[in-house]
Amino acid sequence: MMILPFAYYVIFHYVPMAGIVLAFQDYKMGRGVFGSDWVGFRWFVEFFQSFYFTRLMRNTLLFSLYSIVFGFPVPIIFALMLNELKVAPLKRVAQTVSYLPFFISLVIIVGMQVTFLSPNNGVVNVAIKALGGEPVNFMGQQSWFRPLFVGSGIWQHFGFSSIIYLAAIAGISQELYDAAEVDGASRMQRIRHVTLPGMASVIIILLILNLGRLLTVEWEKILLMYTPATYEVADVIMTYVYRRGIIDSKYGFAAAVNLFLNVVNLAFLVFFNRLARRFTDTSLW
Amino acid sequence: MTAGAPVRRLTVEDVVVDAVVYAGVGLAFVVTLYPFVYVLSMSISDPVAVVRREVFLLPKGFSLAAYRTVLNDPIVLRSYYNTIWYTGVGTALNLVFTVMAAYPLSKRNFSARRVLMFLFVFTMFFSGGLIPLFVLVAKLGLYGTRWSIVLPTVIATFNLIICRTFFQTLPEDLFECARIEGAGEWRIVYKIVLPLSKPIIAVLVLFYGVTHWNSFFWALLFLPTADLHPIQIYLRRVLIQASPEAVQQFETGEAGEGVMAMVQIKFAVMIVAVLPILLLYPFLQKYFVKGMLIGALKG
Repeated sequence: MMILPFAYYVIFHYVPMAGIVLAFQDYKMGRGVFGSDWVGFRWFVEFFQSFYFTRLMRNTLLFSLYSIVFGFPVPIIFALMLNELKVAPLKRVAQTVSYLPFFISLVIIVGMQVTFLSPNNGVVNVAIKALGGEPVNFMGQQSWFRPLFVGSGIWQHFGFSSIIYLAAIAGISQELYDAAEVDGASRMQRIRHVTLPGMASVIIILLILNLGRLLTVEWEKILLMYTPATYEVADVIMTYVYRRGIIDSKYGFAAAVNLFLNVVNLAFLVFFNRLARRFTDTSLW
Repeated sequence: MTAGAPVRRLTVEDVVVDAVVYAGVGLAFVVTLYPFVYVLSMSISDPVAVVRREVFLLPKGFSLAAYRTVLNDPIVLRSYYNTIWYTGVGTALNLVFTVMAAYPLSKRNFSARRVLMFLFVFTMFFSGGLIPLFVLVAKLGLYGTRWSIVLPTVIATFNLIICRTFFQTLPEDLFECARIEGAGEWRIVYKIVLPLSKPIIAVLVLFYGVTHWNSFFWALLFLPTADLHPIQIYLRRVLIQASPEAVQQFETGEAGEGVMAMVQIKFAVMIVAVLPILLLYPFLQKYFVKGMLIGALKG
């Protein structure tokens, strides 16, 4: 029963892993792995010395950092608010609606952005013009790219991410709340001293896991959102790998850049997983 | 609040907290729902109102002109058919492969269990990257075929883990009995495991199905010709790249009506593309939450 799944992992995961050797070759599709010339670390040196290196690292880190700083607290706050909402039907409706964007494709999300923000007839600019303002070319401007990327990410994920926090809150014993109330704790005090501590371990684990993925950006969305006008602030390692490797057919170079990213990612993950194991009793492995 | 709790007077703080909660949840509700309502309203309004930009929330007038144009467009229909193919065939293969991997891995007496599990899970944390996979798919002759979309992702390791976790909760005694009766492992999976595993099968079908339905990147990577493109690639062309030829193709028919409906078409196409997701939404919501929680407990 295991033969086919095993074959799948070997062919589509472990053969490409062996394909890492491309990063050290001047790979030509026609000549294959065994016929292409070896170039040692040339692609790595070339990449580290190019101005792309700092630009891509800066963009990648900023996307992750902004996503964590602005995005991480939102589902926690949303879960706390839902928990305080005592009218059950309202709570259920709000929850149901908040999950919806999670199921919508990236193409549609970016498509809605482009359509709504279009400078001539998007609803946002129509509203701006109606209020007497100047239309803004949101998607074409570098200064708007990061807010739009991070904002749409929060919009898509906050509801669904709140599930895990709501589950943590549901695990808190009612006796703790009753005891706090008997002791005269006000509502804010109960949130602060009962609910939040009850969520603390889940929050810490998720934060550490998020930090472990610091270089993993939702780059498929960037691929949909960016244009040459915004490459400067939008381009990240994987979009660069895609352009150089797939569009320009520079397989060896792109494989090297991609390998660099995967190694650093793995190192980050191992480091933060160690941290998770040390400070909490949960870890990935 | 439990019935036995002492009744307290409503304090100023309670009122403030309530106000903040209602405002916050209300804001989240509006911000989440508005784009969907707007798209729907634009797609069914009178084209004149759409062109004049008079629609902001609710539809103005009523017309299905845009839908008629969209649903009569051969490229839309072909893309839609392709997406259904990838979702249907892809999900079926996903399911078979995932169950075939998860069942042996759930057996404590399966000797290669730990090694295989490690090999599989390791791929979640490290991979050869995009380029070697691309080269492999080309060398296997899958490039430009439908199989390039379904085969490279035939098992998602996260889904394999939740499936295995579920199988581990099934009572082993039951399988022992079947074995004594002379049933083989395949028969056991088919006759006993699957009927007992309906919730997890639902989770898997929906996880995989939604992923296929929404996926655009593999098609971008592996499918050079338009006749195999799924609806998401088409949407990218019309909505994001606003490619002239994609827009032009709608300019047939009555001059005035064609041009007017054009603005509206984008909205109608979006609705057509998310419709299956919206129809399945009650199930999606229920089983995704279930799957997430199984995954979270484990991972």
